[in-house]
Amino acid sequence: MLRFLVRRLIGVVAILLVVSGITFYLFFAASGADDVVRLSCGRNCTPEMREVVRQNLGLDKSLIEQFWIFISGIFTGRTIGDKACDAPCLGYSFANNENVFDKLADRFPVTLSLAIGAILLCTTIGIGMGVLAALKRGKTTDKVTTGVALLSGSAPIYVLGPLFIYVFVQQLGWLDRPTDPPSFFGDPGGWASALLLPWICLMTIHMAMYCRLTRSTMVDVLSEDYVRTLKAKGLSGRSVYLKHAFRGALSPIVTVLGVDIGVLMSGTIITESTFSLHGIGMLAVTSVVDSDLPMMMGVVMVAATFTMLANLAVDMAYAAIDPRVRLS
Amino acid sequence: MRLRRGAATSPAPSEASTKPTTAATSTDATVSDEQAREQDMAAGTDTTDGTPSLVKQRDSSPSGDRPDAFLSVRDLQVHFSTEDGVVKAVDGLTFDVEKGRTLGIVGESGSGKSVSSLTILGLHNRERTRIEGEIRFDGHELVKMPERKLRDLRGRRISMIFQDPLTALSPFYTVGEQIAESYRRHTGANRHDAHARAIEMLDRVGIPNPKTRVNDYPHHFSGGMRQRAMIAMSLVCDPDLLIADEPTTALDVTVQAQILDLLRDLQDEFGTAILFITHDLGVIASMAHDVLVMYAGRSVEKGTVREVLKNPRHPYTWGLLSSMPNLSGDVDIPLRPVRGTPPSLLAPPSGCPFHPRCDYVDTVGGDRCSTERPPLALVDGRGAACHLSAEDKQRIFIDDVRPLLG
Repeated sequence: MLRFLVRRLIGVVAILLVVSGITFYLFFAASGADDVVRLSCGRNCTPEMREVVRQNLGLDKSLIEQFWIFISGIFTGRTIGDKACDAPCLGYSFANNENVFDKLADRFPVTLSLAIGAILLCTTIGIGMGVLAALKRGKTTDKVTTGVALLSGSAPIYVLGPLFIYVFVQQLGWLDRPTDPPSFFGDPGGWASALLLPWICLMTIHMAMYCRLTRSTMVDVLSEDYVRTLKAKGLSGRSVYLKHAFRGALSPIVTVLGVDIGVLMSGTIITESTFSLHGIGMLAVTSVVDSDLPMMMGVVMVAATFTMLANLAVDMAYAAIDPRVRLS
Repeated sequence: MRLRRGAATSPAPSEASTKPTTAATSTDATVSDEQAREQDMAAGTDTTDGTPSLVKQRDSSPSGDRPDAFLSVRDLQVHFSTEDGVVKAVDGLTFDVEKGRTLGIVGESGSGKSVSSLTILGLHNRERTRIEGEIRFDGHELVKMPERKLRDLRGRRISMIFQDPLTALSPFYTVGEQIAESYRRHTGANRHDAHARAIEMLDRVGIPNPKTRVNDYPHHFSGGMRQRAMIAMSLVCDPDLLIADEPTTALDVTVQAQILDLLRDLQDEFGTAILFITHDLGVIASMAHDVLVMYAGRSVEKGTVREVLKNPRHPYTWGLLSSMPNLSGDVDIPLRPVRGTPPSLLAPPSGCPFHPRCDYVDTVGGDRCSTERPPLALVDGRGAACHLSAEDKQRIFIDDVRPLLG
């Protein structure tokens, strides 16, 4: 298991290197250098000044050298122009005069909070509904459950978000208007109430997939021969369904969950924009609008890292769920 | 060993949890039946119906006469509602199984063998299945028994060995966990005792190094070992009735022989009643005491294994026998399969369900075969559901069928 983990972690690092290389190339080589110089130099910039800035930032060096400086900066820190950038240094945003890593670290708790709440809600409710529908297959409970899932999954968040704000915040006053949450450790109640509405929106949309996936895989598993064996052993329905059949249905659910975690952790652009939450997703939008290339680079790295880590977690989960995967 | 089996065969349907130890009644008769059976099978000699009458009286009984049989199925009907209509999977099935005896049920795919066995355990979806008739097991009526009570019987007093041990074992838990789970469910044993019991059971079914293999997953086991594990699982609570649904079909012949030996030994040891379902007449010959031939959800012939295999009286049984190759026979004798295909159970043929495939409809004459359903008239537990007269059956068998059997 340890060897597997180490091997996979090396793989993650390698792929991150490739991803950063490609983004680096696209941003800096294809379009970026001149923009960076212009932004750092300010309005009244003479060609001589531009050249000084260019040298300060190391933009006169070859692309490979620049990439090497970028990568080594992550581990050792570096100085960009006259700005000190401590390790881990992901670059410096000249557009906003901010250290990229510090900005990401500042924004990340919002995204993390949003993701954790949404995932917990939509997995418990979605999987629960799916199991229920599978057990009551063909009956009213099944039809109602799958109907609700179909309906809830078909509304996009930019429709659902304003609608929910209008109904639950403005009309009924049940929920608070979503804001950037306070720290969970200082004020857990405030943290939850600040994000409850976006969680419910994300849950409404994402649970549909969990519900339908759980239902269909559970139905498949329940028709397996070994489920019949379990019944022939005299096991109770709860043991057959929850201990055995659900475990069989878990692998595909975990697969989808891994993808969702990766997506949510790297910033839900539309959700954050809809509710004006200042997370990674919002940061991605503003950095694109501002042509803030170092920041975009940082966002891409965050997204890539979490997607990779989520996938790694899924692979580990497979082995935990299904012993047939645990082969050397 | 044979003597021991004779002893264990004694009918002792008293207290189910206590295993029959020894009882001398009718030992001689059983042994003679055993020996005769062995001789028949070994030498391939042909004996016509010459079993001692004592054996016949023990073997089985005219339908309805033996409410005290250990497992007694009476006029069982199992109908499934499907989108296309009602499938009459089992249609009026009657049989008995005594403790320590093995009843073999033979028939083609779709003849209702497995359906009847699943019905005994109540494993059908009750909403889509209509079950009528009576299944009495040691005094309990199973058809109308509530699911909760039935669950207590399953795995403890009646257990089942399924056909394909690869798919019938859960891939997610170790073999030991699956054996122990059944034991804990029915005895309330703690985890440690159940684990020890699982090791003991694996040892008993002949798995080497049971202490380490108990922690293996089914996919670490070979096919034969998986079936042994399955048998260990089904025997963990010392059941009184074992239903083996084609337990050796997925296995190669050497492993098959080992598994059959194992089942026979376990039956000798515990006096378990076995319901053995198969389409393999060779397996029936070496395993069963009595045979029930099923066709289209009905029993078409019944008798002891010698009677049915050596002097069959139903055209379908003739067909089954003559479609089986004989290794010691003449290679030039062609195999003659039963022509046609098994009937649709949505709309079974009128009259005798076998008549569209039967070569002897004209011998019976008239339209009796297509209009009148022949009853399974049992005399001393022996009979065949066919309109042919006894003389015709004897003549056709000796003239037409026996030469083909080599």
